[in-house]
Amino acid sequence: MKKPVYFDYSATTPVDPRVAEVMCTYLTLDGTFGNAASRSHPFGWDAEKAIEEARANVAALINADPKEIIFTSGATESDNLAIKGAAHFYNKNGKHIVTCKTEHKAVLDSCRQLEREGYEVTYLEPEANGLVDIEKFKAALRDDTILVSIMHVNNEIGVIQDLKAIGDITRERKIIFHVDAAQSAGKVPIDMQDNKVDLMSFSAHKIYGPKGIGALYVRRKPRIRLEAQMHGGGHERGLRSGTLATHQIVGMGEAFRIAKEEMAADNERIRMLRDRLLKGLEDIEEVYINGDMQNRIPHNLNISFNFVEGESLIMALKGLAVSSGSACTSASLEPSYVLRALGRSDELAHSSIRFTLGRFSTEDEVDFAIEEIRKHIGKLRELSPLWEMYKEGIDLNSVKWVAH
Amino acid sequence: MAYSNKVIDHYENPRNVGSMDKDDTNVGTGMVGAPACGDVMRLQIKVSDDGIIQDAKFKTYGCGSAIASSSLLTEWVKGKSLDEAAAIKNTQIAEELELPPVKIHCSVLAEDAIKAAISNYKEKHGLPAAKKSA
Repeated sequence: MKKPVYFDYSATTPVDPRVAEVMCTYLTLDGTFGNAASRSHPFGWDAEKAIEEARANVAALINADPKEIIFTSGATESDNLAIKGAAHFYNKNGKHIVTCKTEHKAVLDSCRQLEREGYEVTYLEPEANGLVDIEKFKAALRDDTILVSIMHVNNEIGVIQDLKAIGDITRERKIIFHVDAAQSAGKVPIDMQDNKVDLMSFSAHKIYGPKGIGALYVRRKPRIRLEAQMHGGGHERGLRSGTLATHQIVGMGEAFRIAKEEMAADNERIRMLRDRLLKGLEDIEEVYINGDMQNRIPHNLNISFNFVEGESLIMALKGLAVSSGSACTSASLEPSYVLRALGRSDELAHSSIRFTLGRFSTEDEVDFAIEEIRKHIGKLRELSPLWEMYKEGIDLNSVKWVAH
Repeated sequence: MAYSNKVIDHYENPRNVGSMDKDDTNVGTGMVGAPACGDVMRLQIKVSDDGIIQDAKFKTYGCGSAIASSSLLTEWVKGKSLDEAAAIKNTQIAEELELPPVKIHCSVLAEDAIKAAISNYKEKHGLPAAKKSA
């Protein structure tokens, strides 16, 4: 077993060797290195052909038309293009946007930027299980609402939102519906013919493709228009200029093709491992699962170990690569804003660890993790004055703390 | 975050972990921080009749740097007089442990903890409290 053992598949995944192999054939002189926009020679034609195949593979995973797929540099760029692009294009219809407090920062910060430009944004509070309540969502919509952005699967707690229900409402009210699907593609079946999502963001590196490439689905029926955020040569139907990164795109295509083929089997195996991990930890005293366990991808387990601070636990678990919250925010000392939005106390939010499993996780790795965690939780609790007080029966909420 | 070897050493082999009877008249207890902020330190000192710190114990809920700061402090205060212990500055702790800027507050908390333990001891003995430091 290679250590540290990787339990951070929601931060990124290793590139599948099959993907890496294909990518290598699109770089060098004896490979397909041409510029897909070159129309005057076979180098360009071959690159274009490879890109269109990749586009078809991406579209196939979500049952969409390849013409609805725009390649970008990743889900962050897709979120920016979708949210700012739609808000700018449709601002004659209104300037109100609805999103949720547990969205990824790429969505939240795009919305903040729009607020600075004079738009109004409603940030919905999720329920304690992490899910958006449909009635509360409906109540947040206004006559001047032009855009809704709700993620499919949450990156920290793995809960799955009900896109179908939300889409039915937005379509009826002619509101554009954007979904960040960076954490769901390849993990949850997505069928664009069976939902009313208008814009959907994807990333390759969350599903065993390379970093630096993603896509935005832009619905054609009804046709969704966007204002481009990147100007230049008019690539990608004018929505995203810049020479297409053939090797990256081909890698993303291959990753999505494999995901379509193997998703069902992968999910079944990963669920078995996740449940094994949960079983090995749930009888520890004072542990809390964060987020709904039913509407959740099998890859994610987010647990708070009460009275143990998350960062010190991560330091103790040096044989495991885990995270407290998302990689994008773990450099800060703030407790997870996602867990806070669920109404978790600061203490429990400070004590959370996210385990995410993936295609290459094994039973041995899970068993090793259980052993390590059980060992170190005990040691850290011996060090914790809060644990001692809890054991003495002191209600920590009744203590007057000297906050700093 | 990369930790210094000294932080890792104190974290993996914390010195003087434990509790003393807080009702013992020779024991001073200082508890600072808050669970909501992600760190709580409890530092206890046992003081001899001639005013020398004979023993020190700690328990800390917090990150590795917070645990290391309090562990180091218990080593430093043993054998010191109350005034000498009260003179320890957070900057000395931060320097010794090579704490990065985002972890300086851990050393501040440790300084607060020893000051709180000393004033608790002094209160028990009706001694004038030390001047509050900023």
